[in-house]
Amino acid sequence: MVLTAARPKQQPKRTRRALIDCDFHNELDSIKDLYPYLSQRWRDHLDSYGARGPAGAYYPRFMDHREDARPPSGRRSGSEVAHSVKDFLDPYNVAYATLIPLTPAGRQQNLELDAALATAVNDWQVAEWLDREPRLRASLVIPFEDPPAAVAEIERCAHDKRFVQVQFSGRPHEPMGRRKYWPIYEACAKHGLHVMSHAFGSYGNPIIGTGWPSFYLEDHVGPAQAMQANIISMVAEGVFERFPTLKVVSVENGFAWIPSLMWRMDNAWTLLRSEVPHLLHAPSEYIREHVYLTTQPVEEPHKPEFFTQLLEQYGDMVSHILFASDYPHWDSDNPDMALPAFLPESVKQRIYYDNARALHNLP
Amino acid sequence: MCCCSRVWPDSGNLSPVIDCDVHNDVPRVEALFPYLPAYWVEHITNTLFKGPTEPPYPPQAPIAARPDSRADEKTPPGSDLALLQQQALDGIDVAILNCLYAVDSLHNPDAAIALSRAVNDWLIAEWLTKDSRLRASIVVPSQLPAEAAREIDRVCDNPGFVQVLLPARSQHPYGSRIFHPMWEAIDRHDLVAGIHFGGSPGNPPTPSGWPSYFLEEYTGMATVFASQVTSIVCEGVFDQFPSVRVALLEAGFTWLPAHMWRFDKEWRNLRRLVPWVKQPPSAYIRQHMRVSIQPLDAPASPKQLVQVVDQLGSEDMLMYASDYPHVHASDPESTLLRHLSAELAHKIRHDNARAFYKL
Repeated sequence: MVLTAARPKQQPKRTRRALIDCDFHNELDSIKDLYPYLSQRWRDHLDSYGARGPAGAYYPRFMDHREDARPPSGRRSGSEVAHSVKDFLDPYNVAYATLIPLTPAGRQQNLELDAALATAVNDWQVAEWLDREPRLRASLVIPFEDPPAAVAEIERCAHDKRFVQVQFSGRPHEPMGRRKYWPIYEACAKHGLHVMSHAFGSYGNPIIGTGWPSFYLEDHVGPAQAMQANIISMVAEGVFERFPTLKVVSVENGFAWIPSLMWRMDNAWTLLRSEVPHLLHAPSEYIREHVYLTTQPVEEPHKPEFFTQLLEQYGDMVSHILFASDYPHWDSDNPDMALPAFLPESVKQRIYYDNARALHNLP
Repeated sequence: MCCCSRVWPDSGNLSPVIDCDVHNDVPRVEALFPYLPAYWVEHITNTLFKGPTEPPYPPQAPIAARPDSRADEKTPPGSDLALLQQQALDGIDVAILNCLYAVDSLHNPDAAIALSRAVNDWLIAEWLTKDSRLRASIVVPSQLPAEAAREIDRVCDNPGFVQVLLPARSQHPYGSRIFHPMWEAIDRHDLVAGIHFGGSPGNPPTPSGWPSYFLEEYTGMATVFASQVTSIVCEGVFDQFPSVRVALLEAGFTWLPAHMWRFDKEWRNLRRLVPWVKQPPSAYIRQHMRVSIQPLDAPASPKQLVQVVDQLGSEDMLMYASDYPHVHASDPESTLLRHLSAELAHKIRHDNARAFYKL
């Protein structure tokens, strides 16, 4: 009773900063969640053959998902919109969240099935997520290894402006700047969609450029290297010269590696620019204008001042850092602890809210 | 082993320099004939096989070689001792030769083994015995770790060899248990493993396949180095072989602090998967790894470059390298060393490499 004695009758309600979450996962409990959105042919196919992506990248590891985020129904964490809203969007005052569905779509060896799954995932997102929660935006899932089919899916869905970006895996079959993917970028530019690449997601190639690592710990460090290959490729191939409005969003790859990448590529370009005469600017200029990066997982510099130095290296590009929770995965960030406490309030406001609002033209 | 370390005259700003990355080259495969068995001499003579000719740099690219480093049009840069002495060894206390003869690109194991042996014998006879300032890396068929170990055992008695040369790109990450026989040999003979820019293992250099431009391969090589660092620490190479040292050569170093920050964080989360890794990865990296300073991958602001050096968290990690005869965007002296304290600059020019290579 001692504890209650001095308490005011009414606690002033703590005002929470509004957030925009750029990595909020909607999950399938099983592939059967998509059956209402698939034809009989593909339902039969899945029953007989299953979804078959390139196999062979499995490690003994942690749980995929936070058990404490599992809905009372017992379905997979993140698989019920009502529970995710109650468990995460409401308590953390999330103003908008961008859905990133990690499903078998986008990684099928059978490209026709991949296209059917992408369509089904998008229809499922509209019906069971976007239409049920106005704070949600979504990533448009495309069969990116079959660009004509990917363009058809973009054309089918782009009228729905709740789709703000198209989704690539972390390591497509070719570096993301290669001409193969340009029809997709052309369609994105036409409709004002961004290109998002989420870490992990395709297991056709090793996660590093030197063969398969042995441990899930290595698999979990690797995305920072994998995404650099994609950014290097998009810059070197001239994607941003050809599509000057295109923006690329790197999700779950960290962001502390961007300054050194820009320095290294600029230095190399000063000597090798005759190889890439289509680049009219230094590589870093394209990166500074076109590349956005999400927070989780935030690298943790060994001293606080190193984080400040990192932000100084970013300079104006701090406006390209976007808050992301990665809810409900095991390594997701609690928004209250995602960024170092000592960061200036103005920087926090930009990362937690303003940057994503500007990028996605949110009201 | 210190037969040739000499005291540099203590005058003016002339301080002794150890150059950790100087490239000599086999002028043409016939130069190895005295060191090859008859079978391969006959084979090469009859088939006109040119040897492993996949250099890590396109030979005529502006980055590949300073224009005056070719003795003549037909011989590759770095293949002439007199010219190399004149251009790369002036004012140098010790220079470590890294001969990037691409034996790792050969899928024929017998060829890879025979040519590795020939290159090492050629290095001894035509370089190490001719200039006491020179040290060299052992060229090994790294794609065949047991054979690499055998070659290390064969030549390690020559005190001129201070390092085993491993191309950054490999078919499997170097921490993999596949390589442990090679690590055992490196450990047994107290050598440094020098992971160097390049490699032609046949698999693509990125996780998403082959890039189009050398600019991409060059820039992305830093990520390959990062992956090798991850692998070597995670697999417990330093726990199993505590005396092993790894030099990252021609890797750049500005990427390393961010990599340590991410790697330490993931280790804190996932260390139960690798229980033999007892300390944060950055502790292993600082203790067992060194990085050469060419290329610098420098930002425009010297202040920011000095910050990155500070972020490494150790003054022992950087080692001077000219990377002769390659060409890079910035000069280590004016871009980096003159902005550091005299003590730290001296460590980078000399002391760090001397201690690491036990020169």
